[in-house]
Amino acid sequence: MSNNVFVWIDQTEGAVDSIAWETLGLARNVADDLGGQLVALVLGENVSGLAEQAIQYGADRAIIADDPTLKSFRLEPYAAVLTKLAQEQEPTVLMMGASNIGLELAPYVAAKLDVGLAPSCIDVAVEVGKLTATRPALVGNVIAKIVFGEAQPHLVTIRRRVFPVPEPDPTRRGEIASTEAVLAEADIPTKIKGLEAAIGEVSLADAKVIVSGGRGVGGPEGFAPVQALADILGGAMGASRAAVDAGWVPYAHQVGQTGKTVQPDLYIACGISGAIQHLAGMKTAKLIVAINKDPEAPIFKYAHYGIVGDLFDYVPALTAELKGRLGS
Amino acid sequence: MNIIVLVKQTPDTAQLSSSVDGLKLLDESGPKVINPWDEYALEAGIQLKEAHGGKVTALCLGQPQATEALKSALAMGADEAILISDPALTDSDSLVTARVLAAAITKIGAFDMVIAGRSGIAGDTWATAVQVAALLDVPQISYVAELNAVDPAAKTISAVRLVEGGRESVSSKLPAVISVVKEINEPRYPSFIGIRKASKATIPTWSIADLGFEAGQVGPAGSQVQWPELNLPPSREAKVEIIEGSPAEAAKILADKLIAEKIV
Repeated sequence: MSNNVFVWIDQTEGAVDSIAWETLGLARNVADDLGGQLVALVLGENVSGLAEQAIQYGADRAIIADDPTLKSFRLEPYAAVLTKLAQEQEPTVLMMGASNIGLELAPYVAAKLDVGLAPSCIDVAVEVGKLTATRPALVGNVIAKIVFGEAQPHLVTIRRRVFPVPEPDPTRRGEIASTEAVLAEADIPTKIKGLEAAIGEVSLADAKVIVSGGRGVGGPEGFAPVQALADILGGAMGASRAAVDAGWVPYAHQVGQTGKTVQPDLYIACGISGAIQHLAGMKTAKLIVAINKDPEAPIFKYAHYGIVGDLFDYVPALTAELKGRLGS
Repeated sequence: MNIIVLVKQTPDTAQLSSSVDGLKLLDESGPKVINPWDEYALEAGIQLKEAHGGKVTALCLGQPQATEALKSALAMGADEAILISDPALTDSDSLVTARVLAAAITKIGAFDMVIAGRSGIAGDTWATAVQVAALLDVPQISYVAELNAVDPAAKTISAVRLVEGGRESVSSKLPAVISVVKEINEPRYPSFIGIRKASKATIPTWSIADLGFEAGQVGPAGSQVQWPELNLPPSREAKVEIIEGSPAEAAKILADKLIAEKIV
Protein backbone atom coordinates (compact mmCIF):
# COMPACT_ATOMS: atom_id res chain seq x y z
CA MET A 1 0.00 0.00 0.00
CA SER A 2 1.51 3.27 -1.17
CA ASN A 3 -1.02 5.79 0.19
CA ASN A 4 -0.66 7.47 -3.19
CA VAL A 5 -3.63 8.97 -5.01
CA PHE A 6 -3.73 8.76 -8.82
CA VAL A 7 -5.95 11.08 -10.85
CA TRP A 8 -6.72 10.58 -14.53
CA ILE A 9 -6.69 13.92 -16.40
CA ASP A 10 -9.55 14.01 -18.92
CA GLN A 11 -8.42 15.94 -22.01
CA THR A 12 -9.58 16.38 -25.61
CA GLU A 13 -6.98 17.49 -28.17
CA GLY A 14 -4.84 19.01 -25.45
CA ALA A 15 -7.65 20.90 -23.71
CA VAL A 16 -8.23 19.64 -20.19
CA ASP A 17 -11.84 19.24 -19.06
CA SER A 18 -12.21 21.45 -15.96
CA ILE A 19 -13.72 18.45 -14.13
CA ALA A 20 -10.19 16.98 -14.05
CA TRP A 21 -8.82 20.02 -12.19
CA GLU A 22 -11.80 19.99 -9.82
CA THR A 23 -11.03 16.33 -9.08
CA LEU A 24 -7.30 17.01 -8.73
CA GLY A 25 -8.00 19.76 -6.19
CA LEU A 26 -10.06 17.38 -4.05
CA ALA A 27 -7.54 14.57 -4.53
CA ARG A 28 -4.80 16.87 -3.17
CA ASN A 29 -6.59 16.85 0.21
CA VAL A 30 -7.11 13.09 0.08
CA ALA A 31 -3.41 12.48 -0.66
CA ASP A 32 -2.38 14.80 2.20
CA ASP A 33 -4.78 13.05 4.59
CA LEU A 34 -3.42 9.64 3.57
CA GLY A 35 0.17 10.89 3.76
CA GLY A 36 0.84 9.89 0.14
CA GLN A 37 1.74 11.51 -3.15
CA LEU A 38 -0.69 12.92 -5.69
CA VAL A 39 0.07 11.59 -9.18
CA ALA A 40 -1.57 12.89 -12.39
CA LEU A 41 -2.04 10.46 -15.30
CA VAL A 42 -2.11 12.11 -18.72
CA LEU A 43 -3.11 9.97 -21.71
CA GLY A 44 -3.25 11.25 -25.29
CA GLU A 45 -1.14 12.24 -28.27
CA ASN A 46 1.21 15.25 -28.03
CA VAL A 47 0.05 15.99 -24.51
CA SER A 48 3.38 16.31 -22.67
CA GLY A 49 2.63 19.96 -21.80
CA LEU A 50 -0.34 18.85 -19.76
CA ALA A 51 1.86 17.04 -17.25
CA GLU A 52 3.43 20.36 -16.19
CA GLN A 53 -0.02 21.91 -15.97
CA ALA A 54 -1.20 19.07 -13.72
CA ILE A 55 1.74 19.67 -11.40
CA GLN A 56 0.92 23.39 -11.30
CA TYR A 57 -2.64 22.46 -10.33
CA GLY A 58 -1.36 20.43 -7.38
CA ALA A 59 0.05 17.06 -8.46
CA ASP A 60 3.39 15.96 -6.95
CA ARG A 61 4.34 14.14 -10.12
CA ALA A 62 2.86 13.06 -13.42
CA ILE A 63 2.94 10.04 -15.70
CA ILE A 64 2.37 10.51 -19.42
CA ALA A 65 1.26 7.92 -21.97
CA ASP A 66 1.74 9.63 -25.32
CA ASP A 67 0.74 7.50 -28.27
CA PRO A 68 -1.30 7.79 -31.50
CA THR A 69 -3.63 5.02 -30.25
CA LEU A 70 -4.55 7.28 -27.33
CA LYS A 71 -5.30 10.39 -29.45
CA SER A 72 -9.01 10.39 -28.60
CA PHE A 73 -10.64 8.62 -25.70
CA ARG A 74 -11.47 4.99 -26.36
CA LEU A 75 -12.43 2.68 -23.57
CA GLU A 76 -10.19 -0.32 -24.20
CA PRO A 77 -6.79 1.37 -24.76
CA TYR A 78 -7.32 3.95 -22.00
CA ALA A 79 -8.47 1.31 -19.52
CA ALA A 80 -5.49 -0.89 -20.42
CA VAL A 81 -3.01 1.87 -19.53
CA LEU A 82 -4.75 2.73 -16.26
CA THR A 83 -5.03 -0.95 -15.31
CA LYS A 84 -1.34 -1.53 -15.97
CA LEU A 85 -0.27 1.56 -13.98
CA ALA A 86 -2.49 0.58 -11.06
CA GLN A 87 -1.07 -2.95 -11.01
CA GLU A 88 2.54 -1.76 -11.24
CA GLN A 89 2.42 1.19 -8.86
CA GLU A 90 -0.33 0.15 -6.41
CA PRO A 91 -2.00 3.47 -5.66
CA THR A 92 -4.42 3.45 -2.74
CA VAL A 93 -6.97 5.60 -4.56
CA LEU A 94 -7.66 6.21 -8.28
CA MET A 95 -9.89 9.19 -8.99
CA MET A 96 -11.36 10.80 -12.06
CA GLY A 97 -14.14 13.20 -12.98
CA ALA A 98 -17.63 11.77 -13.40
CA SER A 99 -17.92 13.03 -16.97
CA ASN A 100 -19.68 10.68 -19.40
CA ILE A 101 -16.23 9.34 -20.24
CA GLY A 102 -15.14 8.96 -16.61
CA LEU A 103 -18.40 7.15 -15.88
CA GLU A 104 -17.52 4.45 -18.42
CA LEU A 105 -13.77 4.33 -17.84
CA ALA A 106 -13.87 3.95 -14.04
CA PRO A 107 -16.21 0.92 -13.84
CA TYR A 108 -14.32 -0.81 -16.65
CA VAL A 109 -11.00 -0.37 -14.83
CA ALA A 110 -12.62 -1.40 -11.53
CA ALA A 111 -13.87 -4.63 -13.13
CA LYS A 112 -10.44 -5.40 -14.64
CA LEU A 113 -8.72 -4.76 -11.27
CA ASP A 114 -11.48 -6.42 -9.21
CA VAL A 115 -11.77 -3.41 -6.89
CA GLY A 116 -14.58 -1.26 -5.47
CA LEU A 117 -16.05 1.78 -7.20
CA ALA A 118 -17.92 4.79 -5.83
CA PRO A 119 -19.29 6.72 -8.83
CA SER A 120 -20.48 10.36 -9.09
CA CYS A 121 -19.39 11.31 -5.60
CA ILE A 122 -20.10 14.68 -4.02
CA ASP A 123 -17.59 14.21 -1.20
CA VAL A 124 -14.61 12.05 -0.26
CA ALA A 125 -13.01 11.89 3.17
CA VAL A 126 -10.34 9.97 5.03
CA GLU A 127 -11.65 8.73 8.39
CA VAL A 128 -9.12 6.95 10.62
CA GLY A 129 -6.98 6.16 7.60
CA LYS A 130 -9.95 4.74 5.65
CA LEU A 131 -11.47 6.29 2.56
CA THR A 132 -15.19 7.06 2.61
CA ALA A 133 -17.25 8.64 -0.13
CA THR A 134 -20.65 10.31 -0.34
CA ARG A 135 -22.85 10.00 -3.40
CA PRO A 136 -26.43 10.59 -4.45
CA ALA A 137 -28.57 7.63 -5.51
CA LEU A 138 -32.15 7.26 -6.73
CA VAL A 139 -31.60 10.30 -8.97
CA GLY A 140 -30.67 12.58 -6.11
CA ASN A 141 -33.43 11.53 -3.70
CA VAL A 142 -31.13 9.55 -1.39
CA ILE A 143 -27.57 10.29 -0.23
CA ALA A 144 -25.40 7.22 0.42
CA LYS A 145 -22.18 6.98 2.38
CA ILE A 146 -19.84 4.47 0.73
CA VAL A 147 -17.19 2.42 2.50
CA PHE A 148 -14.60 0.29 0.71
CA GLY A 149 -13.35 -3.26 1.15
CA GLU A 150 -9.71 -4.29 1.30
CA ALA A 151 -8.94 -4.36 -2.43
CA GLN A 152 -7.03 -1.34 -3.76
CA PRO A 153 -7.04 1.05 -5.47
CA HIS A 154 -10.42 2.37 -4.41
CA LEU A 155 -11.98 3.90 -7.51
CA VAL A 156 -13.88 7.15 -7.14
CA THR A 157 -15.43 9.47 -9.72
CA ILE A 158 -16.32 13.03 -8.73
CA ARG A 159 -19.41 14.83 -9.87
CA ARG A 160 -18.94 17.93 -11.98
CA ARG A 161 -19.02 21.45 -10.49
CA VAL A 162 -19.15 20.30 -6.88
CA PHE A 163 -15.54 21.27 -6.08
CA PRO A 164 -13.68 24.41 -7.22
CA VAL A 165 -10.84 24.41 -9.72
CA PRO A 166 -7.70 24.97 -7.62
CA GLU A 167 -5.48 28.00 -8.21
CA PRO A 168 -2.50 26.90 -10.33
CA ASP A 169 0.99 27.64 -8.99
CA PRO A 170 3.33 28.31 -11.95
CA THR A 171 6.42 27.83 -9.78
CA ARG A 172 5.47 24.29 -8.73
CA ARG A 173 7.76 21.54 -10.06
CA GLY A 174 7.56 17.76 -10.04
CA GLU A 175 8.91 14.64 -11.68
CA ILE A 176 7.41 13.69 -15.03
CA ALA A 177 7.68 10.05 -16.13
CA SER A 178 6.34 8.34 -19.20
CA THR A 179 4.79 4.98 -19.87
CA GLU A 180 3.92 3.01 -22.99
CA ALA A 181 0.51 2.32 -24.45
CA VAL A 182 -0.56 -1.28 -23.80
CA LEU A 183 -2.70 -2.12 -26.82
CA ALA A 184 -1.57 -1.88 -30.43
CA GLU A 185 -4.04 -0.35 -32.89
CA ALA A 186 -4.73 -3.81 -34.35
CA ASP A 187 -5.87 -5.02 -30.92
CA ILE A 188 -8.37 -2.20 -30.40
CA PRO A 189 -11.83 -3.22 -31.68
CA THR A 190 -13.39 0.26 -31.61
CA LYS A 191 -12.55 2.88 -34.24
CA ILE A 192 -13.68 6.51 -34.13
CA LYS A 193 -15.20 7.59 -37.45
CA GLY A 194 -15.92 11.19 -36.58
CA LEU A 195 -17.15 13.67 -34.03
CA GLU A 196 -19.98 16.05 -34.76
CA ALA A 197 -19.12 18.66 -32.17
CA ALA A 198 -21.89 20.69 -30.62
CA ILE A 199 -20.49 23.87 -32.18
CA GLY A 200 -21.56 27.20 -30.77
CA GLU A 201 -23.60 25.53 -28.08
CA VAL A 202 -22.59 25.84 -24.47
CA SER A 203 -22.46 22.39 -22.94
CA LEU A 204 -25.15 21.81 -20.32
CA ALA A 205 -22.76 19.75 -18.22
CA ASP A 206 -20.35 22.55 -17.37
CA ALA A 207 -22.61 25.59 -17.88
CA LYS A 208 -22.60 28.20 -15.11
CA VAL A 209 -26.01 29.39 -16.25
CA ILE A 210 -28.83 27.31 -17.74
CA VAL A 211 -32.12 28.68 -19.05
CA SER A 212 -34.65 25.92 -19.66
CA GLY A 213 -38.03 25.74 -21.34
CA GLY A 214 -40.87 23.31 -20.72
CA ARG A 215 -44.37 22.58 -21.88
CA GLY A 216 -45.23 26.24 -21.33
CA VAL A 217 -43.12 27.41 -24.29
CA GLY A 218 -45.82 25.85 -26.50
CA GLY A 219 -43.72 24.85 -29.52
CA PRO A 220 -40.30 24.95 -31.17
CA GLU A 221 -40.59 28.71 -31.87
CA GLY A 222 -41.26 29.29 -28.18
CA PHE A 223 -37.66 28.35 -27.43
CA ALA A 224 -36.38 31.50 -29.19
CA PRO A 225 -36.80 33.79 -26.15
CA VAL A 226 -35.41 31.03 -23.89
CA GLN A 227 -32.31 30.74 -26.10
CA ALA A 228 -31.98 34.54 -26.26
CA LEU A 229 -31.90 34.79 -22.46
CA ALA A 230 -29.37 31.93 -22.28
CA ASP A 231 -27.21 33.71 -24.87
CA ILE A 232 -27.16 37.05 -23.05
CA LEU A 233 -26.11 35.23 -19.87
CA GLY A 234 -23.46 33.19 -21.70
CA GLY A 235 -25.34 30.09 -20.66
CA ALA A 236 -26.75 26.90 -22.12
CA MET A 237 -30.31 26.12 -23.08
CA GLY A 238 -32.06 23.25 -21.37
CA ALA A 239 -35.47 21.67 -21.69
CA SER A 240 -37.90 19.49 -19.80
CA ARG A 241 -38.82 16.02 -20.94
CA ALA A 242 -42.24 17.28 -22.07
CA ALA A 243 -40.61 19.70 -24.52
CA VAL A 244 -38.18 17.07 -25.81
CA ASP A 245 -40.84 14.38 -26.19
CA ALA A 246 -42.98 16.87 -28.12
CA GLY A 247 -40.08 17.20 -30.57
CA TRP A 248 -39.56 20.93 -29.94
CA VAL A 249 -35.83 20.60 -29.09
CA PRO A 250 -33.29 17.76 -29.40
CA TYR A 251 -32.78 15.24 -26.60
CA ALA A 252 -29.27 16.61 -25.90
CA HIS A 253 -31.00 19.54 -24.14
CA GLN A 254 -33.05 17.40 -21.74
CA VAL A 255 -32.49 17.98 -18.02
CA GLY A 256 -33.83 15.43 -15.55
CA GLN A 257 -34.10 11.77 -14.69
CA THR A 258 -33.82 10.48 -18.26
CA GLY A 259 -31.67 13.41 -19.38
CA LYS A 260 -28.77 15.26 -17.83
CA THR A 261 -28.06 16.10 -14.22
CA VAL A 262 -26.77 19.66 -14.05
CA GLN A 263 -25.34 21.84 -11.31
CA PRO A 264 -25.16 25.44 -12.57
CA ASP A 265 -24.82 28.57 -10.46
CA LEU A 266 -28.12 29.82 -11.92
CA TYR A 267 -31.02 27.82 -13.34
CA ILE A 268 -33.93 29.71 -14.86
CA ALA A 269 -36.97 27.48 -15.47
CA CYS A 270 -39.39 28.96 -18.01
CA GLY A 271 -42.80 27.35 -18.35
CA ILE A 272 -41.64 24.25 -16.47
CA SER A 273 -44.07 22.88 -13.90
CA GLY A 274 -41.38 21.02 -11.95
CA ALA A 275 -42.19 17.32 -12.19
CA ILE A 276 -40.14 15.25 -9.75
CA GLN A 277 -38.18 13.76 -12.66
CA HIS A 278 -37.15 17.24 -13.83
CA LEU A 279 -36.27 18.39 -10.31
CA ALA A 280 -33.99 15.36 -9.98
CA GLY A 281 -31.77 16.83 -12.68
CA MET A 282 -31.49 20.43 -11.47
CA LYS A 283 -32.49 20.91 -7.86
CA THR A 284 -28.88 21.24 -6.67
CA ALA A 285 -28.40 24.40 -8.78
CA LYS A 286 -27.10 27.15 -6.51
CA LEU A 287 -29.84 29.62 -7.46
CA ILE A 288 -33.15 28.70 -9.09
CA VAL A 289 -35.52 31.16 -10.74
CA ALA A 290 -38.93 29.99 -11.92
CA ILE A 291 -41.18 31.79 -14.38
CA ASN A 292 -44.57 30.13 -14.73
CA LYS A 293 -48.19 31.15 -15.24
CA ASP A 294 -49.44 28.68 -12.65
CA PRO A 295 -48.79 29.89 -9.08
CA GLU A 296 -49.36 26.30 -7.85
CA ALA A 297 -46.60 24.82 -10.06
CA PRO A 298 -44.32 22.59 -7.92
CA ILE A 299 -41.22 24.32 -9.33
CA PHE A 300 -41.97 27.29 -7.02
CA LYS A 301 -41.31 25.05 -3.99
CA TYR A 302 -37.70 24.69 -5.13
CA ALA A 303 -37.12 28.15 -6.58
CA HIS A 304 -35.39 30.98 -4.75
CA TYR A 305 -37.10 33.61 -6.90
CA GLY A 306 -40.36 33.21 -8.73
CA ILE A 307 -42.36 35.20 -11.23
CA VAL A 308 -45.99 34.23 -11.74
CA GLY A 309 -46.74 35.28 -15.28
CA ASP A 310 -46.47 34.59 -18.98
CA LEU A 311 -42.93 33.64 -19.94
CA PHE A 312 -43.40 35.35 -23.32
CA ASP A 313 -43.76 38.67 -21.48
CA TYR A 314 -41.25 38.19 -18.68
CA VAL A 315 -38.40 36.33 -20.38
CA PRO A 316 -37.84 38.93 -23.17
CA ALA A 317 -38.13 41.71 -20.55
CA LEU A 318 -35.39 40.07 -18.49
CA THR A 319 -33.23 39.61 -21.59
CA ALA A 320 -33.65 43.29 -22.49
CA GLU A 321 -32.90 44.41 -18.93
CA LEU A 322 -29.75 42.26 -18.71
CA LYS A 323 -28.64 43.39 -22.16
CA GLY A 324 -28.80 46.97 -20.90
CA ARG A 325 -26.89 46.14 -17.70
CA LEU A 326 -24.24 43.90 -19.18
CA GLY A 327 -23.69 46.04 -22.29
CA SER A 328 -24.23 44.70 -25.80
CA MET B 1 -29.15 -12.48 -33.91
CA ASN B 2 -29.04 -13.54 -30.31
CA ILE B 3 -29.73 -10.42 -28.28
CA ILE B 4 -29.79 -10.18 -24.53
CA VAL B 5 -31.39 -7.11 -22.95
CA LEU B 6 -30.55 -6.30 -19.34
CA VAL B 7 -33.65 -5.24 -17.45
CA LYS B 8 -33.93 -3.94 -13.92
CA GLN B 9 -36.88 -3.26 -11.70
CA THR B 10 -36.62 0.08 -9.91
CA PRO B 11 -38.68 2.18 -7.52
CA ASP B 12 -41.23 4.38 -9.26
CA THR B 13 -40.01 7.95 -8.76
CA ALA B 14 -43.41 9.23 -9.91
CA GLN B 15 -44.58 8.16 -6.43
CA LEU B 16 -42.32 10.70 -4.71
CA SER B 17 -44.36 13.27 -2.83
CA SER B 18 -44.39 15.15 0.45
CA SER B 19 -45.38 11.91 2.23
CA VAL B 20 -43.17 9.49 0.23
CA ASP B 21 -39.49 10.42 0.31
CA GLY B 22 -36.50 8.71 -1.30
CA LEU B 23 -35.85 6.39 1.64
CA LYS B 24 -39.46 5.21 1.78
CA LEU B 25 -39.39 4.68 -1.95
CA LEU B 26 -36.28 2.51 -1.77
CA ASP B 27 -38.09 0.31 0.74
CA GLU B 28 -38.69 -3.11 -0.75
CA SER B 29 -42.42 -2.78 -0.34
CA GLY B 30 -42.57 0.44 -2.37
CA PRO B 31 -44.09 0.55 -5.85
CA LYS B 32 -41.83 -0.72 -8.62
CA VAL B 33 -41.56 -0.13 -12.35
CA ILE B 34 -39.29 -1.29 -15.14
CA ASN B 35 -36.22 0.98 -15.06
CA PRO B 36 -37.12 3.89 -17.38
CA TRP B 37 -33.95 3.53 -19.48
CA ASP B 38 -34.52 -0.17 -20.10
CA GLU B 39 -37.57 0.29 -22.30
CA TYR B 40 -35.27 1.94 -24.85
CA ALA B 41 -32.88 -1.00 -24.60
CA LEU B 42 -35.75 -3.45 -25.15
CA GLU B 43 -37.06 -1.51 -28.13
CA ALA B 44 -33.57 -1.45 -29.66
CA GLY B 45 -33.29 -5.21 -29.20
CA ILE B 46 -36.72 -5.93 -30.64
CA GLN B 47 -36.01 -3.71 -33.68
CA LEU B 48 -32.73 -5.56 -34.32
CA LYS B 49 -34.55 -8.89 -34.14
CA GLU B 50 -37.19 -7.61 -36.56
CA ALA B 51 -34.45 -6.55 -38.98
CA HIS B 52 -32.13 -9.54 -38.69
CA GLY B 53 -34.18 -12.36 -37.20
CA GLY B 54 -33.16 -14.20 -34.06
CA LYS B 55 -34.20 -13.95 -30.47
CA VAL B 56 -34.43 -11.37 -27.68
CA THR B 57 -33.89 -12.60 -24.14
CA ALA B 58 -34.66 -10.23 -21.28
CA LEU B 59 -32.41 -10.87 -18.29
CA CYS B 60 -33.06 -9.39 -14.87
CA LEU B 61 -31.34 -9.65 -11.52
CA GLY B 62 -33.70 -8.74 -8.70
CA GLN B 63 -36.28 -9.68 -6.13
CA PRO B 64 -38.88 -12.37 -6.98
CA GLN B 65 -41.42 -9.64 -7.78
CA ALA B 66 -39.13 -8.40 -10.56
CA THR B 67 -40.91 -10.96 -12.75
CA GLU B 68 -43.36 -8.09 -13.29
CA ALA B 69 -40.63 -6.11 -15.10
CA LEU B 70 -39.82 -9.19 -17.18
CA LYS B 71 -43.51 -9.65 -18.04
CA SER B 72 -43.49 -6.06 -19.34
CA ALA B 73 -40.50 -7.02 -21.47
CA LEU B 74 -42.29 -10.09 -22.84
CA ALA B 75 -45.40 -8.03 -23.52
CA MET B 76 -43.32 -5.56 -25.54
CA GLY B 77 -41.94 -8.36 -27.66
CA ALA B 78 -39.04 -10.13 -25.95
CA ASP B 79 -39.07 -13.85 -26.77
CA GLU B 80 -37.78 -15.16 -23.47
CA ALA B 81 -37.19 -13.86 -19.98
CA ILE B 82 -34.94 -15.08 -17.20
CA LEU B 83 -34.86 -13.87 -13.60
CA ILE B 84 -31.78 -14.22 -11.42
CA SER B 85 -32.97 -14.05 -7.85
CA ASP B 86 -31.42 -15.23 -4.63
CA PRO B 87 -31.61 -13.83 -1.09
CA ALA B 88 -27.81 -13.96 -0.98
CA LEU B 89 -27.62 -11.30 -3.71
CA THR B 90 -29.11 -8.56 -1.52
CA ASP B 91 -26.70 -5.61 -1.15
CA SER B 92 -24.32 -6.81 -3.88
CA ASP B 93 -22.22 -3.99 -5.34
CA SER B 94 -22.10 -3.17 -9.05
CA LEU B 95 -19.17 -5.48 -9.75
CA VAL B 96 -20.80 -8.51 -8.10
CA THR B 97 -24.00 -7.72 -9.98
CA ALA B 98 -22.04 -7.55 -13.23
CA ARG B 99 -20.22 -10.80 -12.45
CA VAL B 100 -23.49 -12.66 -11.85
CA LEU B 101 -25.04 -11.16 -15.01
CA ALA B 102 -21.95 -12.11 -17.04
CA ALA B 103 -22.21 -15.69 -15.75
CA ALA B 104 -25.89 -15.79 -16.72
CA ILE B 105 -25.12 -14.41 -20.19
CA THR B 106 -22.49 -17.13 -20.64
CA LYS B 107 -25.02 -19.74 -19.50
CA ILE B 108 -27.63 -18.46 -21.99
CA GLY B 109 -25.11 -19.12 -24.74
CA ALA B 110 -23.48 -17.41 -27.69
CA PHE B 111 -24.76 -13.85 -28.14
CA ASP B 112 -24.31 -11.10 -30.69
CA MET B 113 -25.28 -8.16 -28.52
CA VAL B 114 -26.06 -7.32 -24.94
CA ILE B 115 -28.13 -4.13 -24.67
CA ALA B 116 -28.69 -2.13 -21.50
CA GLY B 117 -30.10 1.25 -20.58
CA ARG B 118 -27.63 4.01 -19.71
CA SER B 119 -28.19 3.59 -15.99
CA GLY B 120 -30.46 2.13 -13.36
CA ILE B 121 -32.14 4.91 -11.47
CA ALA B 122 -31.94 3.27 -8.02
CA GLY B 123 -28.18 2.83 -7.62
CA ASP B 124 -27.52 5.30 -10.46
CA THR B 125 -23.97 3.95 -10.84
CA TRP B 126 -23.90 3.78 -14.68
CA ALA B 127 -21.53 0.87 -14.10
CA THR B 128 -23.30 -2.44 -14.72
CA ALA B 129 -23.24 -2.68 -18.52
CA VAL B 130 -19.64 -1.46 -18.72
CA GLN B 131 -18.53 -3.98 -16.11
CA VAL B 132 -20.38 -6.81 -17.87
CA ALA B 133 -18.42 -5.92 -21.04
CA ALA B 134 -15.15 -5.81 -19.10
CA LEU B 135 -15.81 -9.23 -17.54
CA LEU B 136 -16.94 -10.83 -20.82
CA ASP B 137 -13.98 -9.15 -22.53
CA VAL B 138 -16.03 -7.83 -25.44
CA PRO B 139 -16.24 -4.30 -26.88
CA GLN B 140 -18.46 -1.79 -25.08
CA ILE B 141 -20.18 1.18 -26.71
CA SER B 142 -21.87 3.50 -24.20
CA TYR B 143 -24.58 6.15 -24.64
CA VAL B 144 -25.72 4.92 -28.06
CA ALA B 145 -28.17 7.35 -29.69
CA GLU B 146 -28.21 5.75 -33.17
CA LEU B 147 -27.51 2.21 -34.28
CA ASN B 148 -26.52 2.43 -37.91
CA ALA B 149 -25.05 -0.64 -39.55
CA VAL B 150 -25.38 -3.80 -37.49
CA ASP B 151 -24.13 -6.75 -39.53
CA PRO B 152 -24.36 -10.05 -37.64
CA ALA B 153 -22.74 -11.98 -40.51
CA ALA B 154 -19.70 -9.73 -40.75
CA LYS B 155 -19.81 -9.23 -36.96
CA THR B 156 -19.58 -5.46 -37.22
CA ILE B 157 -21.51 -2.58 -35.68
CA SER B 158 -21.46 1.14 -36.23
CA ALA B 159 -23.19 3.55 -33.93
CA VAL B 160 -23.42 7.18 -32.86
CA ARG B 161 -22.90 7.82 -29.18
CA LEU B 162 -23.71 10.95 -27.21
CA VAL B 163 -20.71 12.33 -25.39
CA GLU B 164 -20.44 15.69 -23.68
CA GLY B 165 -18.51 17.15 -26.62
CA GLY B 166 -21.08 16.10 -29.23
CA ARG B 167 -22.04 13.06 -31.29
CA GLU B 168 -19.28 10.53 -31.85
CA SER B 169 -19.51 7.98 -34.68
CA VAL B 170 -17.77 4.70 -33.92
CA SER B 171 -17.46 1.25 -35.40
CA SER B 172 -16.66 -1.90 -33.52
CA LYS B 173 -16.94 -5.66 -33.56
CA LEU B 174 -19.62 -8.08 -32.46
CA PRO B 175 -20.29 -9.54 -30.01
CA ALA B 176 -20.51 -6.31 -28.06
CA VAL B 177 -22.27 -4.73 -25.10
CA ILE B 178 -23.99 -1.40 -25.70
CA SER B 179 -25.83 1.03 -23.45
CA VAL B 180 -28.47 3.27 -24.95
CA VAL B 181 -29.90 6.73 -24.30
CA LYS B 182 -33.51 7.63 -24.94
CA GLU B 183 -32.85 9.40 -28.24
CA ILE B 184 -32.32 5.99 -29.87
CA ASN B 185 -36.00 5.16 -30.32
CA GLU B 186 -39.60 5.47 -29.16
CA PRO B 187 -40.45 2.36 -27.13
CA ARG B 188 -43.58 0.61 -28.35
CA TYR B 189 -46.58 -0.07 -26.16
CA PRO B 190 -47.23 -3.73 -25.40
CA SER B 191 -49.79 -5.24 -27.75
CA PHE B 192 -52.94 -6.94 -26.44
CA ILE B 193 -51.61 -10.28 -27.66
CA GLY B 194 -48.26 -9.54 -26.06
CA ILE B 195 -49.86 -8.83 -22.69
CA ARG B 196 -51.87 -12.08 -22.84
CA LYS B 197 -48.79 -14.06 -23.79
CA ALA B 198 -46.77 -12.45 -21.00
CA SER B 199 -49.43 -13.12 -18.38
CA LYS B 200 -49.28 -16.85 -19.15
CA ALA B 201 -45.50 -17.07 -19.41
CA THR B 202 -43.56 -18.97 -16.80
CA ILE B 203 -40.28 -17.21 -16.16
CA PRO B 204 -37.36 -19.40 -15.07
CA THR B 205 -35.56 -18.25 -11.95
CA TRP B 206 -31.86 -18.93 -11.57
CA SER B 207 -30.22 -18.97 -8.14
CA ILE B 208 -26.55 -18.18 -7.55
CA ALA B 209 -25.89 -21.93 -7.29
CA ASP B 210 -27.32 -22.35 -10.80
CA LEU B 211 -24.63 -19.90 -11.96
CA GLY B 212 -21.79 -21.50 -10.01
CA PHE B 213 -21.48 -19.00 -7.16
CA GLU B 214 -21.34 -19.58 -3.44
CA ALA B 215 -22.95 -17.26 -0.90
CA GLY B 216 -19.60 -15.76 0.18
CA GLN B 217 -18.88 -14.58 -3.37
CA VAL B 218 -21.95 -12.34 -3.61
CA GLY B 219 -23.84 -9.92 -1.37
CA PRO B 220 -21.87 -7.85 1.14
CA ALA B 221 -19.26 -10.62 1.63
CA GLY B 222 -18.33 -10.65 -2.07
CA SER B 223 -18.59 -6.88 -2.59
CA GLN B 224 -15.83 -4.26 -2.48
CA VAL B 225 -18.14 -1.38 -1.60
CA GLN B 226 -21.01 -1.10 0.84
CA TRP B 227 -23.40 1.70 1.78
CA PRO B 228 -23.99 1.48 5.53
CA GLU B 229 -25.69 4.87 5.73
CA LEU B 230 -28.52 6.11 3.56
CA ASN B 231 -29.92 9.55 4.23
CA LEU B 232 -32.30 11.99 2.63
CA PRO B 233 -30.65 14.89 0.82
CA PRO B 234 -30.57 18.11 2.85
CA SER B 235 -33.86 19.91 2.37
CA ARG B 236 -33.72 23.27 0.71
CA GLU B 237 -34.10 26.07 3.18
CA ALA B 238 -34.95 28.52 0.45
CA LYS B 239 -38.47 29.82 0.50
CA VAL B 240 -39.46 31.25 -2.80
CA GLU B 241 -39.54 35.03 -3.04
CA ILE B 242 -42.20 35.98 -5.57
CA ILE B 243 -41.28 39.02 -7.63
CA GLU B 244 -44.33 41.07 -8.58
CA GLY B 245 -44.87 43.83 -11.07
CA SER B 246 -45.00 44.40 -14.80
CA PRO B 247 -42.51 42.50 -16.97
CA ALA B 248 -40.18 45.53 -17.07
CA GLU B 249 -40.43 46.09 -13.30
CA ALA B 250 -39.95 42.43 -12.43
CA ALA B 251 -37.00 42.18 -14.84
CA LYS B 252 -35.31 45.13 -13.15
CA ILE B 253 -35.78 43.67 -9.66
CA LEU B 254 -34.57 40.21 -10.74
CA ALA B 255 -31.55 41.66 -12.58
CA ASP B 256 -30.61 43.56 -9.39
CA LYS B 257 -30.81 40.34 -7.40
CA LEU B 258 -28.76 38.31 -9.88
CA ILE B 259 -26.09 41.02 -9.92
CA ALA B 260 -26.14 41.28 -6.10
CA GLU B 261 -25.68 37.49 -5.87
CA LYS B 262 -22.65 37.93 -8.19
CA ILE B 263 -24.13 35.41 -10.62
CA VAL B 264 -24.10 37.76 -13.58
